[in-house]
Amino acid sequence: MNEIAMLPSLVPVYAEILLAIGAMALLMFGAFSGERAAPTITGVSVALLGAAVLALIFLESNGQTFGGAFVLDPFARFLKVVVLIGSAVAIAMSAGYARSEGFERFEYPILIVLATLGMLMMLSANDLISLYLGIELQSLALYVVAAIHRDSVRSTEAGLKYFVLGALSSGMLLYGMSLVYGFTGHTGFEGISAALETGRSTGLVIGLVFVLAGIAFKISAVPFHMWTPDVYEGAPTPVTAFFAAAPKIAAMGLLMRITVSAFGPVTPDWQQVLAFVAIASMVLGAFAAIGQTNIKRLMAYSSIGHMGFALVGLAAGSQAGVQGVIIYLVVYMVMTLGAFACILSMRQGGQMVEDISSLSGLAKTQPVMAFLLGAILFSLAGIPPLAGFFAKYYVFLAAIEKGLYALAVIGVVASVVGAFYYLRIIKMMYFDEPEGQFEPQPMELKAVMGISGLFVIAFVVFAAPIVDLAGGAAASLFGPGLQSAGLLQ
Amino acid sequence: MLNWPILSTITFLPLIGAAIIFFLINGDEEVHRRNMRHVALGVTVATFLLSLLIWIGFDFDNPGYQFVENADWFGNFMRYEMGIDGISMLFIILTTFLMPFAIWSSFGAIQSRVKEFMVAFLVLETLMIGVFCALDIVLFYVFFEAGLIPMFLIIGVWGGKRRVYAAFKFFLYTLLGSVLMLLAIMAMYWNSGTTSIPEMQAHTFPADMQSWLWLAFFASFAVKMPMWPVHTWLPDAHVEAPTAGSVILAAVLLKMGGYGFLRFSLPMFPLASADFAPLVYTLSVVAIIYTSLVALMQEDMKKLIAYSSVAHMGFVTMGIFTATVQGVQGGIFQMISHGIVSGALFLCVGIVYDRMHTREISAYGGLVNRMPWYAMAFLVFTMANVGLPGTSGFVGEFLTLVGAFRANTWVAVFATTGVVLSAAYALWLYRRVIFGKLEKENLKSILDLSTREKAILLPLVALTILFGVYPAPLIDVTTASVDNLITQYQAALESAGRMASVGR
Repeated sequence: MNEIAMLPSLVPVYAEILLAIGAMALLMFGAFSGERAAPTITGVSVALLGAAVLALIFLESNGQTFGGAFVLDPFARFLKVVVLIGSAVAIAMSAGYARSEGFERFEYPILIVLATLGMLMMLSANDLISLYLGIELQSLALYVVAAIHRDSVRSTEAGLKYFVLGALSSGMLLYGMSLVYGFTGHTGFEGISAALETGRSTGLVIGLVFVLAGIAFKISAVPFHMWTPDVYEGAPTPVTAFFAAAPKIAAMGLLMRITVSAFGPVTPDWQQVLAFVAIASMVLGAFAAIGQTNIKRLMAYSSIGHMGFALVGLAAGSQAGVQGVIIYLVVYMVMTLGAFACILSMRQGGQMVEDISSLSGLAKTQPVMAFLLGAILFSLAGIPPLAGFFAKYYVFLAAIEKGLYALAVIGVVASVVGAFYYLRIIKMMYFDEPEGQFEPQPMELKAVMGISGLFVIAFVVFAAPIVDLAGGAAASLFGPGLQSAGLLQ
Repeated sequence: MLNWPILSTITFLPLIGAAIIFFLINGDEEVHRRNMRHVALGVTVATFLLSLLIWIGFDFDNPGYQFVENADWFGNFMRYEMGIDGISMLFIILTTFLMPFAIWSSFGAIQSRVKEFMVAFLVLETLMIGVFCALDIVLFYVFFEAGLIPMFLIIGVWGGKRRVYAAFKFFLYTLLGSVLMLLAIMAMYWNSGTTSIPEMQAHTFPADMQSWLWLAFFASFAVKMPMWPVHTWLPDAHVEAPTAGSVILAAVLLKMGGYGFLRFSLPMFPLASADFAPLVYTLSVVAIIYTSLVALMQEDMKKLIAYSSVAHMGFVTMGIFTATVQGVQGGIFQMISHGIVSGALFLCVGIVYDRMHTREISAYGGLVNRMPWYAMAFLVFTMANVGLPGTSGFVGEFLTLVGAFRANTWVAVFATTGVVLSAAYALWLYRRVIFGKLEKENLKSILDLSTREKAILLPLVALTILFGVYPAPLIDVTTASVDNLITQYQAALESAGRMASVGR
């Protein structure tokens, strides 16, 4: 019995094990039954992700394992649920597209499940090694997914571009991690934090900056955003929808954990870096999107800007800030998925259209879709009483508490500039005359649009539980004593 | 006092009406449009009648907040708190009173997308009432800012030729002002530990912080008011908006700025208000004189009235920041009076616009020959706009000038010239449109007011004259709260070791 007792506890890893086994089983099934199995595999993948959500919600599995390299706390659980929902919706939204564009590949949902597995690892990583494992598992799956439309030049180019730049960022991350290890002697977050309590060296700061740069690539924050517009535009639209939602949340969650848990003692050092990145992202996201005519490129700049806003909360370096970021991520994901459900519905004459002007007069041809997309766009612009306003409210509240006035003022001014391009789309939908009619959308897109639209409208009434949960999640990241495994059961 | 949440009922009743139209009435047949219009009118009338209950139940001697409602909302960051005092009560009545007229006046003018129009208007009413009822500063901001969405759509969808430009300018100008206020609200939360307006009013903010907070709030309210030099969105928005939109914009939305000064700037930042009063005086006087001169040169009727609105709002800001009882009372009275008069003037312009489809002053002339009723009504509102004694316009201007005279004689001197200029542009407009020979061919068949139009204008004429000769009903409502506001303000100045420049 001794050997069994030596095994690490697998209780906190249930959801990951479920996904790993499920993905491999599906891969076998797909390999033996070929492309016909694609619809089945799509359905089963969504079910698998749903089962993981249920496991996370209902199984009491908080704790650390693998020698402290993996931690499951309310913070990780909350964001994992969000990520899983985002991935499941992304798979579901791709079904109609896959049918009509003829790319029913059974690998696609499986790759997304594997990427999601990597994201769950990232959210639970409590050690530089497990962090890197998670990031690479996620990234490798994403590179393939970006190029999944292998007959399309643009899709292939997007995949290649993403791979080259992603590999570069991984290299920077690894280099930073090795510096951190070299100057602290630890790879575990608690060990790094404890070593930093006694003082820091310049070498560590260089390592910290490299680590932050590597993660900034993943969340496409300025100045590491260059790949985003090209990849968003080139990748098939359902893939873009997936890229814009779940991976961003996982990377932000990872960034929050590493800054707070590992680099907590050197908060002022990373605060400056993040404040700069936040300002640059918000400003570039706002101004660069103005000139865009392709809606996917526009959404790319929009997501760069939104990551900047989310970073405002983290730059505050406080518990209120982390709570704000978590709320921001939830709202951002719902808005993004809703917006992409609308973009996926933009089909005229049997093919996808991506030009913004094709939305002209939507309020007359499809009033319901125009209303929902309008609500989502106003929410993205941060106008109350929609959800996007409250998301911005919480991150700026945290920034003001810490006296980051310049950051906050630049941020809100950027949000006004950003409002311009969202309004431009609303103008086309409501003020202009129709140019053509979209084909009827499939059921799943209607559902995503409807739920997302209702969420942003009703957030003002029903948000209290989400805000409370985010508060609990943020508290667990900061909570005293929780860092030692003994208290986490 | 009533034992049910009357303020929430009034606030959200229009929203329920909007939901009914949105979900239950589908189709674009004439019968559907008629149903939508009637539902909207019925809901606004019902809201107005309900809102009269708060006037009946209002305790005139109580300077504090009444009909207070309090509920949990977003945990500890913000609460759902509603309540009114003498300052906000009249604005609610003004809003609910004018909405039926705005809706009714659009029966003929709005023929396309009736459903969206009515929904947008009812949503807008909810948000406007909410602004004046909110006693939580974040709740206030939510209502204040959310009003941009329906107004943006109203201007942009049903507006004139340059509607897109006007809608964007309106939206972005106001948003830019407001986001700075939002940051100030957050800073106030961290300093006072609450978002409740009554608690914040009792809290003393540090003197150096007050200046920044005051400026941030000023950025928002000055744009909304609008004050010179950030008034340029207003003429564009007014000219392009449909008649009903102009009415509500001039009558209610502009008043949110003045209300904000009274609710936040004076009671929460008394020291900064005293410091910045000369700035406000200067901007107000410039607004009064400069925009009156600009109004003289306008060729578009709506634009002329829009510029005259800016000038009239100059009196309001001047009166409020004298921080005297007369000045503040006069400011509130002027806002209510301007709400009725400017709303009525825009309705008058809308009436001839519906017939001739032009707002050029030069396209008219001699209307009195064909439209005696119209000439009568227009005369009353023109006189009220000038500030002729016996109309409601006089009382407000007079009181604000008295307040200004006590605070700073020179300000009063310059502001008074504005009264003369307002007579010049308003009477000249009247002469060019109404008097003279009826020479233009296409005007020779123009019809006088229909019964519906008479029914719309008559109550407004009556109120304009009533409040001119007997302003007591309005003054009585505001007295206790204004006295209290000024007393607190003076006490704050004295406790900070500054001599209050003028007494009560």
